[in-house]
Amino acid sequence: MLEALFGRLTWDSIILVQEFEDPNLNTFITAGAAAMMPVGGALVVALLFWMKWWKPLFDWLTSVDHKKIGTMYIIFAVIMFFRGVVEGVLMRVNQAVALDGGFLSSDHFNQLFTTHGTNMIFFVAMPFLIGLINIVVPLQIGARDVAFPKLNQISLGLTAVGGFLIMISLLVGEFSTGGWTGYPSFTGRLINPGVGPDYYILSIGISGIGSTLTGVNFAVTIYKMRTAGMSFMRMPLFTWTALCTSILLIFAMPPLTACCLMLGLDRYLGFHFFTNDMGGNLMNFINLFWMFGHPEVYILILPAFGVMSEIAATFSGKRLYGYTGLVAATMCIAVISFMVWLHHFFTMGQSATVNAAFGIATLLVAIPTGVKIYDWLATLWGGRIRFTTPMLYLCGFFVLFAIGGLSGVILANPTLDYQLHNSLFLVAHFHNVIIPGVLFGVLAGIYFWFPKIYGFRLLDGYSRITAFLWAFGFILAFLPLYQVGMMGLTRRTVNYDDPALVPWLVVSATGALFLGLAFLFVLLTLWRSVVNRKKLAVPFGDPWDGRTLEWWTPAPTPEWNFAVLPKVDGRDPFTEAKAKGTAYQPIEKYEDIEMPANTYYGLIIAALGSGLGFGLVWYMWWLAIICFLGCIVTVITYAFLPERKKIIPAAEVREIDEAWRRAAREARGVTRDDECNEANQGLARPDLITNP
Amino acid sequence: MSASTRQSLHPGLNLGAEHGDDHLEAETSVFGFWVFMMSDMVTFGMFFAVFATTLPLACCPGPTELFDLGSIAWQTSFLLLSSMTSGMAVLTMKQEHGGRSACIKKLVFWLLLTVLLGCGFLYREISDFIFMATAGGPPTRSGYLSALWSLVGLHGLHVTGGILWCLVIVVGVMVRGVDLRWKLALLRWAVFWHFLDVVWIFIFSFVFLGGLL
Repeated sequence: MLEALFGRLTWDSIILVQEFEDPNLNTFITAGAAAMMPVGGALVVALLFWMKWWKPLFDWLTSVDHKKIGTMYIIFAVIMFFRGVVEGVLMRVNQAVALDGGFLSSDHFNQLFTTHGTNMIFFVAMPFLIGLINIVVPLQIGARDVAFPKLNQISLGLTAVGGFLIMISLLVGEFSTGGWTGYPSFTGRLINPGVGPDYYILSIGISGIGSTLTGVNFAVTIYKMRTAGMSFMRMPLFTWTALCTSILLIFAMPPLTACCLMLGLDRYLGFHFFTNDMGGNLMNFINLFWMFGHPEVYILILPAFGVMSEIAATFSGKRLYGYTGLVAATMCIAVISFMVWLHHFFTMGQSATVNAAFGIATLLVAIPTGVKIYDWLATLWGGRIRFTTPMLYLCGFFVLFAIGGLSGVILANPTLDYQLHNSLFLVAHFHNVIIPGVLFGVLAGIYFWFPKIYGFRLLDGYSRITAFLWAFGFILAFLPLYQVGMMGLTRRTVNYDDPALVPWLVVSATGALFLGLAFLFVLLTLWRSVVNRKKLAVPFGDPWDGRTLEWWTPAPTPEWNFAVLPKVDGRDPFTEAKAKGTAYQPIEKYEDIEMPANTYYGLIIAALGSGLGFGLVWYMWWLAIICFLGCIVTVITYAFLPERKKIIPAAEVREIDEAWRRAAREARGVTRDDECNEANQGLARPDLITNP
Repeated sequence: MSASTRQSLHPGLNLGAEHGDDHLEAETSVFGFWVFMMSDMVTFGMFFAVFATTLPLACCPGPTELFDLGSIAWQTSFLLLSSMTSGMAVLTMKQEHGGRSACIKKLVFWLLLTVLLGCGFLYREISDFIFMATAGGPPTRSGYLSALWSLVGLHGLHVTGGILWCLVIVVGVMVRGVDLRWKLALLRWAVFWHFLDVVWIFIFSFVFLGGLL
């Protein structure tokens, strides 16, 4: 009876219980992490009651507004980022003291690097970027929403299901020990019968479906929802990179879905896709995984490149240099990304000819990437550069990302890869592209667009310190890993017996502590900025003398984005309008605006999806079946429910929009010298616009 | 709507202009579904690729013992005919402008006929699966059989989903009439149903004929 109800979930599965039964340092750490879930949850609930925030919370959770959904993606990513950073710091610190020992058990260490990788890729980097894309793309193309707002909410819900599963694994059971790539046959049923790999495949499988739908949504949004005159070659670069990322999501996520399904069939029903015997072939998994996994790298980096393009143009007050080249380079990278997956396993038995072909294809990626770097440098050349926080990130990116890219070129050579593969050199390489590339892009983008959506700037001093901490911490934490990698230390190693490694790893652990501090500074910046939000307000909505459509709205941007959809006749429409002095001219005619109303659709799917995943992990079949049928019933029910729309009357839109335009015509605005002062109300003084 | 917007619409994806403003929404909705189908096609492609790398093992029965081309011929006929009837349903919807009861009756007739043919297909397919399982070829016996069952089974699951979706549309047009929502649902469902046909042609050619020749 109990087994039918709880499947393989027993009292001992709960991590906190394990601490009492077998107290040692490892169970203490896991129990501490597990305890954060109920304690954190209770604190959040208490806060919600205390502040009476339940209604606003549900307004957010049921919203289909792309700006709110994007914000929720980013909040989700920050929460998961916290866990990822703590895990990273823990691993680095362990390795610093791991000469003939270390304080973590190998099983614990294995779970740590698996969750760290899975978490950082799927539930930090992707939600960060998808969040930014959600917030910015509709504004940049002059649209009021995405093509499928409800689908957008469902995508968020499915991503949250993945996050739920990886978080609950901290409290109940264990996570996979197979690394974020989860290769069978180690993750197969025979070797690893526990719940870990099931958590892994279900969390990335379910959230992967959400990502596929996001790709479809944004590809259609960018193809079909552009405002009048916004031809492809007038789209801002961030929108271009979002389009390429969407295309990659559409074509690269299915292999992940397929290999998760197959591994699931192997584990649950005893199929022989990837087993060692009976005609199974684990190389199929590795091929399928990297057919997803390599494009995934560019899914992450392309939007970051987009952010850097916007920043280079805006903060040097110049038109983006080599727009066509940047677009072509983005597309080239997107296409080549599908032709290089084999470089992730050069050593796994292909012929030299095959390795050479994929090695050369990999080297080719450096060409369009190089084009991009030179285009950004040429954009800065001769511009009036302001060293604001995003520009600091851009400078850090130029230097550090280039090093990461070059070490990638080294690894792309199969002969060298035979020496360096599976060592910490590789770990140093991919952190070297992901942190200065993706993370710097995300943080710069958040600083850049934050005032647009929430109406106030982030505090400048704190943001600068944060940027330096990230760069400094990164250099200390990861550059030594190149050295220990070349000295032969393999990745995913819990301890070692070579004292020569110790100094490097101690430096690296120190760097990791700085990275942890940098994360705390992100939160501190946010908190201090919220407290000072009145002084930092930029109600006119253009704090950085922006060039593209998103800056042509008040801040915070109203729900409908644009009172009247703008018409575009150039690449930097807002800069041109400001130069001509027509940016804030009155508009004759306003119309009623129809917006989709709030819906519980995504929330219901997220709840049922979580139940489905949890039920499958623990063999609670009744729960899985009920939740699966529940999903079908929900979809059918929503097919019959009437489409609810909110109508915002023209009079209301007129009142808000006219007030904003009138105030902007009457105010003086600030020059770029006062950009980071309290004087900046979000209105750029037109007489200082040079070189439009 | 301005002339330029009209020009950018893709004929064939959408409803005719005589459907009023409905055809504008069809543009986004049906195009989005095509994009999703491209993604789904890659999923099938992965299952095909894995199938292509496996060979029947000596331990277990192979294609000659497991495949019944007669049954496969029936399945193919059912599915191809159902594609035609689904096409007739869409034509009915496009030609006989929305809402009138005669249109609904015809539409429901074609849709139910499609469902019937789809069920015929599923019946033969499930019978084949049962035969294979009893003849010593369940998916747990070898990598080849795993790949075979999951590729054909994935298609079968899609067909099941398509039938369910079609029934929902039947109820929808009967309850609510042929309004914009159900027109769009029908257009997308038709893309889905034809897509399953295309996938089946590949399964038929590579898995079944390829296995026996």
